[in-house]
Parts: sequence; structure tokens; C-alpha cells
Amino acid sequence: MCRLAAITSHDYFSPMENILALETMKEGHDGSGLGLTLKDLGGPFEKMKGYPVLSGICSKKGAKMLDDYMEKAGFKLIDIWAPKIKAVKGMLAARDHYFARVYDYPASYKHKPVRERDDLLMNIRIALRKMGESDESIFVFSFYPDVLTLKEVGDPLQVAEFFGLDKDTLKAKVIFAQGRQNTNYAIYLYACHPFFIQGYCSMTNGENTAFVPIREYLTGRHFPGYIGYNSDSEVFTHILHYTSRQLGFPLTYYKDVITPLKESEIEGREDRESLKLIKQSLRPLCIDGPNVVIGFTPDGTCFMVHDAKKLRPGVVGGLKGKYALMSEECGLDSAIPKRDKTQDIFPMKHDMVIIRPKAEEVTVWNQLHN
Amino acid sequence: MEPATQLDYNHQLSLRELPYIIRWRDDRCKRCGSCTAVCPVKAIEPAVKVQRVVQSEGPVPTPTASRKIVHVVEQVTDIERYCTGCGTCTLVCPNEAIEPEYNPQNKFLHFKNRGGEGYKRGGRRNDPSVSTLDRLKFTRISMLTDPALDAGRHEFRVRTLLGRILPADELPLKKVNGNLVVTHENGKFIPPVREIFPIMIGSMSIGALSPPMWEGLAMGVTYLNEVEGLPVVMATGEGGVPPRLLKSKYLKYFILQIASGYFGWDEIIHSIPHMVEDPAAIEIKYGQGAKPGDGGLLMAQKVLKLIASIRGVPQFVDLASPPTHQTKYSIEEAVAKMIQSMSMAWGFRVPVYPKISGTKTARAVLNNLARNPYAAALSIDGEDGGTGAAYNVSLDKMGHPIASNIRECYLDLVKQGKQNELPLIAAGGVGKKGNLAANAAALIMLGASVVSIGKYIMQATANCLGDEFNRCNLCNTGKCPRGITTQDPKLYRRLDSDKVAERVVEVFKSSNVELKKIFAPMGRSTELPIGMSDGLSIDDKAMAERLEISYAC
Ligand code: SF4
Ligand code: SF4
Repeated sequence: MCRLAAITSHDYFSPMENILALETMKEGHDGSGLGLTLKDLGGPFEKMKGYPVLSGICSKKGAKMLDDYMEKAGFKLIDIWAPKIKAVKGMLAARDHYFARVYDYPASYKHKPVRERDDLLMNIRIALRKMGESDESIFVFSFYPDVLTLKEVGDPLQVAEFFGLDKDTLKAKVIFAQGRQNTNYAIYLYACHPFFIQGYCSMTNGENTAFVPIREYLTGRHFPGYIGYNSDSEVFTHILHYTSRQLGFPLTYYKDVITPLKESEIEGREDRESLKLIKQSLRPLCIDGPNVVIGFTPDGTCFMVHDAKKLRPGVVGGLKGKYALMSEECGLDSAIPKRDKTQDIFPMKHDMVIIRPKAEEVTVWNQLHN
Repeated sequence: MEPATQLDYNHQLSLRELPYIIRWRDDRCKRCGSCTAVCPVKAIEPAVKVQRVVQSEGPVPTPTASRKIVHVVEQVTDIERYCTGCGTCTLVCPNEAIEPEYNPQNKFLHFKNRGGEGYKRGGRRNDPSVSTLDRLKFTRISMLTDPALDAGRHEFRVRTLLGRILPADELPLKKVNGNLVVTHENGKFIPPVREIFPIMIGSMSIGALSPPMWEGLAMGVTYLNEVEGLPVVMATGEGGVPPRLLKSKYLKYFILQIASGYFGWDEIIHSIPHMVEDPAAIEIKYGQGAKPGDGGLLMAQKVLKLIASIRGVPQFVDLASPPTHQTKYSIEEAVAKMIQSMSMAWGFRVPVYPKISGTKTARAVLNNLARNPYAAALSIDGEDGGTGAAYNVSLDKMGHPIASNIRECYLDLVKQGKQNELPLIAAGGVGKKGNLAANAAALIMLGASVVSIGKYIMQATANCLGDEFNRCNLCNTGKCPRGITTQDPKLYRRLDSDKVAERVVEVFKSSNVELKKIFAPMGRSTELPIGMSDGLSIDDKAMAERLEISYAC
């Protein structure tokens, strides 16, 4: 089962905190990969908040293609950040370029509404992905302001060392990390969590038995970003995006969509009339678990949800100003050791744990009582 | 050699031409005459024979020949009175002295067209081979990478939806204090949807079935809903419903069918103001898998008083429903109008859907319905569906198998992103070999939302004798030896409606358990795994390719 380590904080912190938490949860992942998504970036990115960051990996040939494409699309390169690669024993040979490139929007988009800009960024990311997918010359994981993604195959601690994260000044206020336990699929970078689309991000553990009908439903929305699905967990991110961005549902309805209540339980909710319709209309998006999903939304709100079949829930705990959402308690101990453990939250099947930006406090939303 | 004069100008058939040959045992028979009395087709008769017997008595052999009159039971070779293999004679024989035996070499169809009439019968397609549904296997078992579920312990929701479902982006919702509430401001039509058990009893009319059979089914279904909490629904078939049921609160468990003869609809329409509940749905029958393109026929001998009154016709006349609805001009107009009129009759509170027979053109119908916001579902009845009466040629040779038909329709909906909007109902050959839950689950994973059964329920609840070796299949004659498809009180008193109801309950309860036994190891429990095609495999590459599932051997 994959191990998940998410931290949200009032202040900037280093991704090494997540990675060390993953290290303590090591028993659960087999070192087949590390995925890191950072939001609300600090360090070298602090002064470039409004500019989209393109995160990915490419070969020399890919770099050329990428540059040409971005130039043609009208994006102006402002800055390039690259991890300082260090050869680590036991790791695969480094690929040519790991990068996070900061761009300025094309002139015609500078004053467009956010939604349109987001669509542009996503379409560019997809185009680049398609260009480099067959020969693996380009991998792009995210293209969005204030968000950076790093992924590589290997043991998380080794990958971190490989990226030189232990010595880097890279920091953020929300960081998601996943240590991958490879199950069904071949080790492939695009199958590595966390998944990201237009400001929405999530990572999951547990297998998704309802994957095929969910994938078919999502691709049927004919939304260009609903592609990929190299991992059965990617659908969780897209469901979040679909319900929140496309349908405009408040965040808690994500829980109602993926783990709908029984008819009798719906009767107890004030919004029962709409809930019934939502349950029917989004029936194919019901996950059949067992899964824990940790995600964030564009404003930086983090959450954790489970389905009823998850035998061992994740855990959320911390201090005012810094909270961690982990798949295992030992990960929480590593990330925030000086907390009041009695306040740790192990969400129940009807709970959605929500932490707003700045990590002031944790709220538990209960599906039965809304 | 003796001259075989008996063969000159002899058009008599030999027993070898017939599908069933009676094995009668002289030594066991006590000559009670029960078998000959009970045979629905008079295929056997008592006969008197003269036998030459050579006997010897006394201490030394002194053979003497004598002639003796003996009584035997004999099978006739008249093609009009062929033995159907029903086995009723065996059932009544006190000494196990008589039994029909299937004759695979028979040339029955070569002769069963006397008078220039094609062979008519009831039942389903005579093809005993293993159907596609029975070749499908459930191969995606949750093992170690994720926990399989315990069918006995976990909470399961084996339910489905019948009715048009709005796409999420068309739901009339607005945000109020962080909640979504339904807004009725723009007058958006929210179609009616029923939550039901995914297996339903398909249309069998009250004229085709005997009173105890229909009552038994209806009682069983009502009990399942009221007592067992299993929301099973049943379609009525053409020809109306007993007036008492129309006005009862149990009407909500029944789907009323309107077919091309409109039989019974006068009564139904007049009852609408008195109804205390809406029916579960309205099914508009455009076709039937057993006899595609053919109308219904209730033979005169089955039109007794009760049936005549429910249908609003005189007694003892053939009741033919035309092959198509007379008002049907085109799918865009007439079908849409029909759906709308039926919806309107119940104030748009009842799902209305058409039923067609399996066909290569099903997708065209589907696509049309997908564009019609009032169409509540599409029911497709495959070639293995049953009937009370049809030409053998229609039964055996016409129609489309359900598996690939349902699959291509589902995949078409997937392409349009409408797979959750228009539920597909699959029928035809479900449970043919007794694997009801497995066949139903396979169809669901291919894309069906609901699975409908007919012949299976007759066999399982009332011991219908019919099978794919053309056994019995006398349903069209009014002489059903089990009392299932007859209006003759002497025959239907053989059937106990309470027993039928009890069996209906048993069948659905056990299939509920078996469905869980299939879904649990596949890790599914919360939602019906509609379209979960990665769960299925088949041992034939071409079939796997056609159904877009995996091949496993
Ligand atoms: S098997 Fe049926 S049809 Fe044949 S002789 Fe016996 S009762 Fe008659
Ligand atoms: S037992 Fe009755 S219903 Fe069954 S095949 Fe024979 S005639 Fe038809």
C-alpha cells in the first residue's frame, strides 16, 4: 500500500520533512517511486507567485522541442529552477533535465479570466505530454502558478538525496509526498502520485476496484484534461476537479459523490433533495474502495477522506499553524513530534477532515450531520 | 421374403422421426391408464394386441403355442400428436413404467408443417449449446493488493436505477450557505427514477399465464418488497391487470406494458383517477426477442371470461396484436409521442421506456432515445427470450444475442458520456442453464443496469417443463401440463399460487446472496458494477474482442 505524507503549514518548510515521514513509514512502500507536489512556493519561487511553473523531466531532444513549443505558444521564460542532481548508489542513471521553469503568460492572456488561463495552461501541458510521451523525451507533471512537482523512480530518501533536496532552499507551505507501492502497473512516471489538474491535487492509497467505470465516465465528459489514467488513482483527482471546478459543488460534496450515503441516511440531511439527485447523476463516480484520499484545492485547503471499507484510516494531527495528514501514525510522529497526540484525528467513514490555508485549525465535517 | 404390402402407399412416419420416443415397460405397467389420460397431446394410447405365446408346462418340454390378448401403451406416429417429451406421463405413473426419451436423430421439423402451416410453439430458442453469457467468467479477484470483501459481513447495496437520470451539469442546483439545494425556478423537468433490485421479472401477460401463475408471481414480488425489503419489480405484459391491483397500493411494484394491441388499456386508463399509487414504470413493447418483428397472439382457447373482461374483448376469439404499433410512423415522431403521452397520463411521475428485440439496429434506436429527454430506459430482449406463442422459425432463427447487443449499446453511450443517463435493460436467455445471478452479473458488467427474466422464473417457480430440446413447449395451445400457461381450470388447479410465490421469494433472495458472492471477491459492494468490464473474461479471442473484454483460458 502506498504511503502518503501531506503537511500544510502557516510558514514555509522543506519537503525533507515529508520525505523523512515517508521514511518512517517505509514498511509500507517498496521504494518504487517518489512523487512530490509543492504548493504556495517559497525559497527561490517566493517572488514569482503569479507566474505558472512548468514541472517535468526531459531529454536533450525533448528540451529543444519544449523550448520551441513554448516560444511558439507565446510563453516567455522567466526563470529556471533545477534540482542539483547528485549520483546516488542504487538509483537509476539521471535523466538529462529535471526542471521547474517559470513562465510569463502570452501577452494576449495576461488579462484573461483565471478560468481561461487555467485552460490554456492545461492544454499546453497536455500538448507537451503528448509530444514527448511515446519516446519519453518529455514528461510534464504540472503547469500552474505557485505549484511545483517532482517525480522519480526509486526509494524516497534516495530520490530526495538524488535531487539534493536536503541541501536545497526549496520550500513551500503545502507539500504532498507519496512513497509508491507499485501494484498493478509497471513503474512509470505518469503513474506516480500526487496527480494534479488546474489547481486540484490528490494522492491515494488502496486499489480502486471501480476504476474502469469511473474512467469511462470521466473520459465521457470530453474534458481535455481527463486523460492519462496510468494509475487507477488518477481518477480521484479528476473527480475532485469535476465536482469542484466543473460543477461548482462545495468541497464537502466531493465526499458525497465518492462515498454516497444510503437512502435512509440521506433522509437525515437537510439538503436531501439535491443529495438524492447528485447520488443518481454521479452514480458511476462512487468509489468502491478501500481508499484514503488526501487532496488540496486551488485555494490551498487540504482534506482527507476515506470510504467505509478502509480498514486502517489515515491520521491528521499537529499544532496551530502546522498540520500533517498521513497514512500512518508514525509518519505524523516524524513530521510533528511535539503535538498533543490525544488530539489526533482518525477520520471515520463519514468524516471529511478539512484544514484551511494557513493551517490554523482542523475541522471535521460529518457527512451524516452535514 | 414376405411381400411388404404394408409399405405400399404408406405415408406413416416411424417413431424415429419424432423428437421423443416413449419407453414403456410392460413388466412394470399395471394398466391404470393414468398416463394416457393425462398426456396433453394424446401421444400415447392404450392398445389391444394379439400376442403369440409359446408355453411349456410339465416335467418334459411340450411347447404349445397359444394366442393371447394383451393391453399395451403405445405411442402414435401422427405428427399432430407427437410426444413433446413433457414427462407428464412419468409424473403420474405409479410404477415408473413410462418415460419419454429424447431422439437426437429426429426429423421432426421436416414434417411439422401439415396443412401448409408453419410449426408454432411456445418456449425459447431450441439451442442447448452453452450461451455466451455462460462462457463469461469473473476473473478480476481482489487478492492481497486490496482486500476482498466478505459477502456475509459487509454491507452491500445491490440496487439499480430505473428511469432517466439527469447529467450532473444539468441538475437544477444552487448554492445556499455552502449547501446545494434544488431550485425550481427555471422549471427544469426532473425525470422520475426508481431504485430497484437489478433483476426484474419481464413481461408475461395475464392472458398468457394462468391465474394462479400470475397471482403467484405478483404475490411473491409484493412479499419481497413489503416483507423482505427487496425492491423487485415485475412487468405485466400486454393485456391489462386485474382491476383490483390497479387500485391497490401494490401497483407500485408493477410495470404496466402497452403493446400494439393496446389490450387492457381501456380499463387501465379509466382506473387512473382511482389509483392510489403510480405503477413502477410503463413499458412500451415494440418487439420481443423470441419473435422479432412479430406481433403477439393469444389463441382463442385461452380467451376465457376473466381474460376477455380484463382485455375488453369477446370470449373465445384469437387476440392478435399487430407486429407494429399502428400509430407508429417513425421513431422521431410516433415513439416520442407515445412516450410523452404515457408520461403525461401519469403527470410525468412514471418512467416510460420502450422494449425492443435484440437487433443490429438497436444502436440507432438507442441514439434516438438518448436524445429524447423523456425516454426512461431501453429494454433489449435478446434472441434467447421466451414467448407464449410464436412460429418456430421466428423463435429459432430470428433475433440477436443479448451479450454483444447490450455491450455495443453501452459502449455507444460511453462514447457520448451518457451511460448513466439512459439505463439499459437486458433480457433474453438469462439463467438459461440455471446460472441466474452469474448471467445477470455478467450482463451488468457488460453495461446493463437491469436484467429481466421470464422463462427462468417459470421454470424455477412453477416447474415449467420446457427446455432447449423442444421439450413440452405447448404454451401456445392452452394445454400446459403444469397449469402455467393455460386458462383451463382443470389444468391450472395443478398449480398452487402460494407455492409459486414462495419460490419467487426464494429465487430472489438466493440471487441476492449470489450476486454478493460474485461482487464481494471483486471488491465491489457500494454501487452496482455497471460496465466494470475489466472484471470479465471469456475463453474465446473473437468474443473477447467483440465484447471488448479480456481473453482468459
Ligand atoms: S411425455 Fe408428455 S407428450 Fe409424451 S407421452 Fe408422456 S405425457 Fe404425452
Ligand atoms: S410446462 Fe407449460 S409453460 Fe412450460 S413449456 Fe410446457 S406448456 Fe409451456
